[in-house]
Amino acid sequence: MLTYYHMVVDEVERQAMDGVFHALADATRRDIVLRTLQAEYSVSALSRLYPMTFAAVQKHVAVLERAQLVTKRRHGREQLVAGNVEAIRRAARLLDQLEVVWRARIDRFGAILAEDDAEDPNPEDPHERD
Amino acid sequence: MSVTSVHKDPETRTMTLTAEFDAGVDRVWQLWSDPRQLERWWGPPTHPATVVDHDLRPGGRVSYFVTGPDGDRSPGWWQVLAVDPPRGLEFELGDPGIPALLVRVTVAERAGGGTRMVIETTFPSDDAMDQLLVMGFAEGLSAAVAQIDGLL
Repeated sequence: MLTYYHMVVDEVERQAMDGVFHALADATRRDIVLRTLQAEYSVSALSRLYPMTFAAVQKHVAVLERAQLVTKRRHGREQLVAGNVEAIRRAARLLDQLEVVWRARIDRFGAILAEDDAEDPNPEDPHERD
Repeated sequence: MSVTSVHKDPETRTMTLTAEFDAGVDRVWQLWSDPRQLERWWGPPTHPATVVDHDLRPGGRVSYFVTGPDGDRSPGWWQVLAVDPPRGLEFELGDPGIPALLVRVTVAERAGGGTRMVIETTFPSDDAMDQLLVMGFAEGLSAAVAQIDGLL
Protein backbone atom coordinates (compact mmCIF):
# COMPACT_ATOMS: atom_id res chain seq x y z
CA MET A 1 0.00 0.00 0.00
CA LEU A 2 1.42 3.30 -1.08
CA THR A 3 -0.12 6.51 0.19
CA TYR A 4 0.94 10.09 0.23
CA TYR A 5 2.61 9.68 3.61
CA HIS A 6 4.78 7.11 1.95
CA MET A 7 6.11 9.26 -0.81
CA VAL A 8 9.10 9.74 1.45
CA VAL A 9 8.56 7.02 4.04
CA ASP A 10 8.07 3.70 2.24
CA GLU A 11 6.38 0.58 3.54
CA VAL A 12 9.55 -1.17 4.68
CA GLU A 13 10.47 1.89 6.68
CA ARG A 14 6.94 2.12 8.04
CA GLN A 15 7.02 -1.38 9.47
CA ALA A 16 10.31 -0.54 11.08
CA MET A 17 8.67 2.62 12.46
CA ASP A 18 6.18 0.62 14.54
CA GLY A 19 9.06 -0.82 16.52
CA VAL A 20 10.67 2.60 16.71
CA PHE A 21 7.61 4.23 18.26
CA HIS A 22 7.30 1.47 20.82
CA ALA A 23 10.97 1.63 21.65
CA LEU A 24 10.88 5.39 22.16
CA ALA A 25 7.81 5.31 24.40
CA ASP A 26 10.06 4.93 27.43
CA ALA A 27 12.09 7.69 29.08
CA THR A 28 15.10 5.50 29.89
CA ARG A 29 15.30 4.22 26.35
CA ARG A 30 15.07 7.73 24.94
CA ASP A 31 17.88 8.78 27.22
CA ILE A 32 20.00 5.83 26.14
CA VAL A 33 19.47 6.77 22.49
CA LEU A 34 20.41 10.39 23.09
CA ARG A 35 23.58 9.44 24.96
CA THR A 36 24.72 6.76 22.54
CA LEU A 37 24.26 9.11 19.61
CA GLN A 38 26.97 11.26 21.14
CA ALA A 39 29.33 8.47 22.20
CA GLU A 40 29.60 4.71 22.55
CA TYR A 41 28.64 3.40 25.99
CA SER A 42 29.12 -0.02 27.49
CA VAL A 43 25.99 -1.60 28.94
CA SER A 44 27.62 -1.54 32.39
CA ALA A 45 28.40 2.18 32.05
CA LEU A 46 24.76 2.79 31.10
CA SER A 47 23.50 0.75 34.03
CA ARG A 48 25.37 3.06 36.43
CA LEU A 49 23.35 6.00 35.06
CA TYR A 50 19.92 4.71 35.98
CA PRO A 51 18.41 3.43 39.21
CA MET A 52 17.94 -0.07 37.85
CA THR A 53 19.76 -3.32 37.51
CA PHE A 54 22.24 -4.23 34.80
CA ALA A 55 19.74 -6.80 33.53
CA ALA A 56 17.00 -4.16 33.27
CA VAL A 57 19.23 -1.84 31.27
CA GLN A 58 20.26 -4.75 29.09
CA LYS A 59 16.58 -5.37 28.33
CA HIS A 60 16.09 -1.73 27.32
CA VAL A 61 19.10 -1.95 25.06
CA ALA A 62 17.68 -5.11 23.49
CA VAL A 63 14.40 -3.32 22.68
CA LEU A 64 16.34 -0.46 21.11
CA GLU A 65 18.47 -2.89 19.17
CA ARG A 66 15.42 -4.68 17.74
CA ALA A 67 14.07 -1.32 16.61
CA GLN A 68 17.49 -0.64 15.09
CA LEU A 69 17.79 2.54 17.11
CA VAL A 70 21.13 1.36 18.47
CA THR A 71 23.74 -1.16 17.47
CA LYS A 72 25.73 -3.33 19.87
CA ARG A 73 29.20 -4.75 19.47
CA ARG A 74 31.50 -6.78 21.66
CA HIS A 75 34.74 -5.26 22.82
CA GLY A 76 36.62 -7.64 25.10
CA ARG A 77 34.31 -8.34 28.03
CA GLU A 78 32.20 -5.26 27.32
CA GLN A 79 29.17 -4.77 25.09
CA LEU A 80 29.36 -1.35 23.48
CA VAL A 81 26.19 0.44 22.42
CA ALA A 82 26.03 3.11 19.71
CA GLY A 83 23.03 5.14 18.52
CA ASN A 84 21.84 4.68 14.94
CA VAL A 85 21.49 8.13 13.37
CA GLU A 86 19.69 6.79 10.30
CA ALA A 87 16.83 5.30 12.35
CA ILE A 88 16.38 8.54 14.26
CA ARG A 89 16.26 10.42 11.00
CA ARG A 90 13.48 8.13 9.79
CA ALA A 91 11.39 8.81 12.91
CA ALA A 92 11.84 12.55 12.52
CA ARG A 93 10.94 12.26 8.85
CA LEU A 94 7.53 10.71 9.55
CA LEU A 95 6.69 13.66 11.76
CA ASP A 96 7.94 16.08 9.15
CA GLN A 97 5.65 14.33 6.71
CA LEU A 98 2.66 15.25 8.86
CA GLU A 99 3.53 18.89 8.44
CA VAL A 100 4.23 18.49 4.72
CA VAL A 101 0.89 16.74 4.10
CA TRP A 102 -1.13 19.36 5.98
CA ARG A 103 0.71 22.32 4.49
CA ALA A 104 -0.02 20.93 1.04
CA ARG A 105 -3.68 20.48 1.96
CA ILE A 106 -3.96 24.07 3.10
CA ASP A 107 -2.22 25.29 -0.04
CA ARG A 108 -4.78 23.47 -2.20
CA PHE A 109 -7.55 24.77 0.06
CA GLY A 110 -6.31 28.33 -0.53
CA ALA A 111 -5.96 27.74 -4.25
CA ILE A 112 -9.65 26.78 -4.52
CA LEU A 113 -10.67 29.94 -2.68
CA ALA A 114 -8.42 32.00 -4.94
CA GLU A 115 -10.13 30.45 -7.98
CA ASP A 116 -13.47 31.76 -6.68
CA ASP A 117 -12.13 35.29 -7.00
CA ALA A 118 -10.91 34.68 -10.53
CA GLU A 119 -14.24 33.16 -11.60
CA ASP A 120 -16.42 35.77 -9.96
CA PRO A 121 -15.34 39.31 -10.86
CA ASN A 122 -18.20 40.78 -8.80
CA PRO A 123 -18.23 39.01 -5.47
CA GLU A 124 -21.24 39.64 -3.26
CA ASP A 125 -19.20 41.06 -0.49
CA PRO A 126 -16.15 42.72 -1.97
CA HIS A 127 -13.31 43.60 0.36
CA GLU A 128 -11.19 46.64 -0.09
CA ARG A 129 -7.80 45.52 -1.32
CA ASP A 130 -4.79 47.73 -1.38
CA MET B 1 1.02 31.35 0.84
CA SER B 2 -2.09 30.54 2.86
CA VAL B 3 -0.32 29.03 5.85
CA THR B 4 0.82 31.80 8.17
CA SER B 5 2.35 29.70 10.94
CA VAL B 6 3.13 26.17 12.04
CA HIS B 7 3.77 25.42 15.67
CA LYS B 8 4.73 22.06 17.15
CA ASP B 9 4.25 21.59 20.86
CA PRO B 10 5.83 18.39 22.17
CA GLU B 11 4.16 18.83 25.59
CA THR B 12 0.67 18.58 24.13
CA ARG B 13 1.72 16.45 21.13
CA THR B 14 0.03 19.01 18.97
CA MET B 15 0.91 20.59 15.67
CA THR B 16 -1.01 23.80 15.05
CA LEU B 17 -1.30 25.27 11.57
CA THR B 18 -2.78 28.71 11.10
CA ALA B 19 -3.95 29.86 7.68
CA GLU B 20 -5.57 33.04 6.48
CA PHE B 21 -7.82 33.56 3.48
CA ASP B 22 -9.58 36.52 1.91
CA ALA B 23 -12.77 34.47 1.55
CA GLY B 24 -15.54 34.66 4.15
CA VAL B 25 -16.18 32.14 6.92
CA ASP B 26 -19.15 30.51 5.15
CA ARG B 27 -17.18 29.92 1.98
CA VAL B 28 -14.25 28.44 3.93
CA TRP B 29 -16.65 26.16 5.77
CA GLN B 30 -18.08 24.86 2.48
CA LEU B 31 -14.73 23.33 1.65
CA TRP B 32 -15.19 21.08 4.70
CA SER B 33 -18.95 20.56 4.56
CA ASP B 34 -19.40 19.81 0.85
CA PRO B 35 -17.93 16.40 -0.03
CA ARG B 36 -17.31 17.35 -3.66
CA GLN B 37 -15.32 20.38 -2.57
CA LEU B 38 -13.49 18.41 0.12
CA GLU B 39 -12.33 16.00 -2.60
CA ARG B 40 -10.71 18.88 -4.44
CA TRP B 41 -8.15 19.56 -1.73
CA TRP B 42 -7.95 16.59 0.66
CA GLY B 43 -5.69 14.38 -1.42
CA PRO B 44 -2.66 15.52 -3.43
CA PRO B 45 -2.87 15.39 -7.26
CA THR B 46 -1.01 12.05 -7.17
CA HIS B 47 -3.54 10.58 -4.67
CA PRO B 48 -6.93 12.18 -5.29
CA ALA B 49 -9.58 11.52 -2.66
CA THR B 50 -13.06 10.12 -3.31
CA VAL B 51 -15.50 10.75 -0.46
CA VAL B 52 -17.87 7.82 0.10
CA ASP B 53 -19.78 8.85 3.23
CA HIS B 54 -20.03 12.38 4.56
CA ASP B 55 -22.08 12.51 7.74
CA LEU B 56 -20.89 15.68 9.41
CA ARG B 57 -22.66 15.24 12.73
CA PRO B 58 -21.36 14.25 16.16
CA GLY B 59 -20.96 10.49 16.00
CA GLY B 60 -21.10 10.59 12.22
CA ARG B 61 -18.48 9.32 9.88
CA VAL B 62 -16.76 10.64 6.82
CA SER B 63 -15.12 7.92 4.79
CA TYR B 64 -13.02 8.21 1.70
CA PHE B 65 -10.33 6.51 -0.26
CA VAL B 66 -7.35 7.92 -2.06
CA THR B 67 -6.34 6.45 -5.41
CA GLY B 68 -2.63 6.12 -6.02
CA PRO B 69 -0.76 6.36 -9.32
CA ASP B 70 -1.03 2.57 -9.80
CA GLY B 71 -4.79 2.67 -9.27
CA ASP B 72 -4.50 1.16 -5.79
CA ARG B 73 -6.94 2.53 -3.23
CA SER B 74 -6.18 3.34 0.40
CA PRO B 75 -9.15 3.96 2.70
CA GLY B 76 -9.29 6.75 5.26
CA TRP B 77 -11.96 8.06 7.62
CA TRP B 78 -13.04 10.76 10.04
CA GLN B 79 -14.95 9.86 13.18
CA VAL B 80 -16.80 13.11 13.86
CA LEU B 81 -16.73 14.22 17.50
CA ALA B 82 -18.14 17.76 17.35
CA VAL B 83 -19.47 20.11 14.68
CA ASP B 84 -20.39 23.78 14.96
CA PRO B 85 -21.12 25.05 11.44
CA PRO B 86 -19.53 27.21 10.14
CA ARG B 87 -17.12 27.77 13.03
CA GLY B 88 -15.55 24.47 13.80
CA LEU B 89 -15.18 20.75 13.58
CA GLU B 90 -13.47 18.09 15.60
CA PHE B 91 -12.78 14.58 14.44
CA GLU B 92 -10.55 11.60 14.83
CA LEU B 93 -8.66 11.06 11.61
CA GLY B 94 -7.62 7.68 10.28
CA ASP B 95 -5.44 8.75 7.40
CA PRO B 96 -3.70 5.96 5.50
CA GLY B 97 -0.10 5.64 6.56
CA ILE B 98 0.07 7.16 10.03
CA PRO B 99 -1.39 6.53 13.50
CA ALA B 100 -4.85 8.01 14.20
CA LEU B 101 -4.86 11.71 15.00
CA LEU B 102 -7.25 14.07 16.68
CA VAL B 103 -8.02 17.06 14.43
CA ARG B 104 -9.66 20.27 15.59
CA VAL B 105 -10.59 22.91 13.02
CA THR B 106 -11.55 26.43 14.03
CA VAL B 107 -12.84 28.95 11.49
CA ALA B 108 -13.24 32.60 12.50
CA GLU B 109 -13.45 36.07 11.00
CA ARG B 110 -10.11 37.77 10.68
CA ALA B 111 -9.81 41.30 11.96
CA GLY B 112 -9.87 43.53 8.87
CA GLY B 113 -11.74 41.01 6.72
CA GLY B 114 -11.27 37.46 5.53
CA THR B 115 -10.97 34.32 7.57
CA ARG B 116 -8.51 32.70 9.89
CA MET B 117 -8.53 28.92 10.02
CA VAL B 118 -6.65 27.05 12.71
CA ILE B 119 -6.01 23.31 12.43
CA GLU B 120 -4.72 21.46 15.46
CA THR B 121 -3.57 17.89 14.97
CA THR B 122 -2.83 15.89 18.11
CA PHE B 123 -1.36 12.45 18.55
CA PRO B 124 -3.48 10.66 21.15
CA SER B 125 -1.39 8.89 23.80
CA ASP B 126 -3.62 5.92 24.29
CA ASP B 127 -1.19 3.05 24.32
CA ALA B 128 2.45 2.13 24.68
CA MET B 129 3.24 3.66 21.31
CA ASP B 130 3.25 7.13 22.69
CA GLN B 131 3.69 9.27 19.63
CA LEU B 132 3.45 12.32 21.80
CA LEU B 133 6.73 11.49 23.41
CA VAL B 134 8.22 10.59 20.10
CA MET B 135 7.24 13.96 18.74
CA GLY B 136 8.97 15.82 21.55
CA PHE B 137 11.89 13.50 21.27
CA ALA B 138 12.19 14.05 17.54
CA GLU B 139 12.19 17.81 18.05
CA GLY B 140 14.95 17.51 20.61
CA LEU B 141 16.86 15.21 18.32
CA SER B 142 16.96 17.56 15.37
CA ALA B 143 19.75 19.44 17.08
CA ALA B 144 21.63 16.27 17.94
CA VAL B 145 21.36 14.95 14.40
CA ALA B 146 22.36 18.30 12.91
CA GLN B 147 25.38 18.25 15.18
CA ILE B 148 26.29 14.78 14.00
CA ASP B 149 25.76 15.77 10.37
CA GLY B 150 28.20 18.59 10.94
CA LEU B 151 30.79 16.13 12.18
CA LEU B 152 30.45 13.67 9.29
